[in-house]
Amino acid sequence: MEKHKGRGRFIFFCVAPAAVLFTIFMVIPTLQVFWMSLFKWGGYSAEGKTFVGLDNFQKLLGDEKFLRSFQNSVLLIVLVTIVTFAFALLFAGILTREKLKGQNFFRIIFYIPNILSVVVIAAIFNAIYDPNSGLLNSILGLFTNLKDNPVLWLGDQKIVVFSLAGAMVWQAIGYYMVMYMASMSAVPESLYESASLEGAGRFRQFFTITVPLIWTNIRTTLTFFIISSINLSFLFVKAMTSGGPDGSSEVFLSYMYGQAYTNSSYGYGMAIGVIVFLFSFALAAIVNAVTKREPLEY
Amino acid sequence: MKKRKPMSAETLYKIFIYVALITFAVTIIVPVGWAFLASVKENSEFYGSPWAWPKGFYFQNFIDAFQKANMGTYFINSILVTALALAILLVVALPASYVLARYRFRGRRVLNTAFMGGLFVNVNYIVVPIFLMLVDWNSLFGGTVFTNNRLMVALIYASTALPFTIYLLSGYFATLPKDYEEAAYVDGSGYFNTMVKIIMPMAKPSIITVILFNFLSFWNEYIISMTLLTDDAFKTLPVGLMNLMKAQNAAAQYGQMYAGLVIVMLPTLILYIMVQKKLTQGMTVGGLKG
Repeated sequence: MEKHKGRGRFIFFCVAPAAVLFTIFMVIPTLQVFWMSLFKWGGYSAEGKTFVGLDNFQKLLGDEKFLRSFQNSVLLIVLVTIVTFAFALLFAGILTREKLKGQNFFRIIFYIPNILSVVVIAAIFNAIYDPNSGLLNSILGLFTNLKDNPVLWLGDQKIVVFSLAGAMVWQAIGYYMVMYMASMSAVPESLYESASLEGAGRFRQFFTITVPLIWTNIRTTLTFFIISSINLSFLFVKAMTSGGPDGSSEVFLSYMYGQAYTNSSYGYGMAIGVIVFLFSFALAAIVNAVTKREPLEY
Repeated sequence: MKKRKPMSAETLYKIFIYVALITFAVTIIVPVGWAFLASVKENSEFYGSPWAWPKGFYFQNFIDAFQKANMGTYFINSILVTALALAILLVVALPASYVLARYRFRGRRVLNTAFMGGLFVNVNYIVVPIFLMLVDWNSLFGGTVFTNNRLMVALIYASTALPFTIYLLSGYFATLPKDYEEAAYVDGSGYFNTMVKIIMPMAKPSIITVILFNFLSFWNEYIISMTLLTDDAFKTLPVGLMNLMKAQNAAAQYGQMYAGLVIVMLPTLILYIMVQKKLTQGMTVGGLKG
């Protein structure tokens, strides 16, 4: 294309607003996270700000509450990822491969949790997990006697993380299922036909045709899911337990938010942010490397 | 003649998958439906079995939620913030994605990489620095204009949605053949005109996808809103629902809480029912969500 008058100006005015907003509200705050992590800083004013180098990070290593939040986060990431992906793939496989009644109905229903606010989901799960008049305990009560010692789904330190995981899985399955249904339906039917002529059953077909052919998609979504489950676990914890009981359900970002915003230890909070940042990138890189396969084409 | 044995295994398999699918469907329909029923129950009904059908249609819950719990104000705030954020996002992101996808210029690669990198930065990491930045601006200009400001929150929503939106839109713009612009320039149409009158109408399906996804995320967002809009007059619906949840533990206002829940959930459900096909098709275009 030859040069036209005003081309440069047009490009500038199109790109500049986005670049400016992006810089002010994303780039600078992100750099701030790293920069502020080197300071000891409490209170709004800049006066209480002293440069302490890597002291905050050293303090973190000995902070038991942080280590607990680390443990919880990792447990949630692993558990939620495995369960969500197993069910999402399974349901997607069933709904694309089998001729079922109400296929559309299931797809529409399964996606609903994804459109709800995490606060709404938290409120719904509070009703489910309520120890005295909750839906879950009242069903379990049919089989055993729970009157005297009800299961405290959100009040028991040993159970609370798993209760959170339940809500997170419930929210995520439908989204990933719909995503995989789209890529699975692009796999040509002829592959399945020849496979079944050779006597391969459904499970063989699923693991030797479907999964390898959509592997690229699984891989990308896996990486993104890990990053997003760090964020989602924060949203769920904030709305459902506020880290309780007694800090036992604290995760990475909820601990960071508590330190930085509620506690006003900005420097320390940002140091947590830096660690989480690096951790999530490292994890994504590892997952990416481990799941690398030659892409198959059909 | 048909063989009997494999047939019955087949039937068993079918039954098994139906049971699995129906079980999961029930775990979604029952709690959501239950919340709707709970929103018209009187407070005393919450002390009995949770499975009891509502005794009547106690609409007072909704009136209480709107008036006593301020959900009416929060509703207006949510609409305002969401609409503003969507408008800002579209005005800023559409031209940028178009130019980034279709023009070669200096700095293009840097910008593209920066926006791609932005996909990995979640707002939850940077909400505290943003808050501190606004407090800084306040003291710089000597006022309290920047905190508790709905326009500011809309601006932040739009800005943090830019990477995903630009990624999705420029993906679409890149697929259009070059001929469109060339023909337009031959006809004497300027750059701006070409973009607005020729390219934008073609991108309508992608634009709708962008609006749908960002509507849901802005409407449902609560971390930024909770941090930056602390004044009761400016809070948004999800934050209001959080307050109701906390109040429910203390004051046992169950009915009002579930009415609040329905108020937050209903607009998204209605939208979903209307456009569910578009939504689930659209997401495969972008492919990813943060």
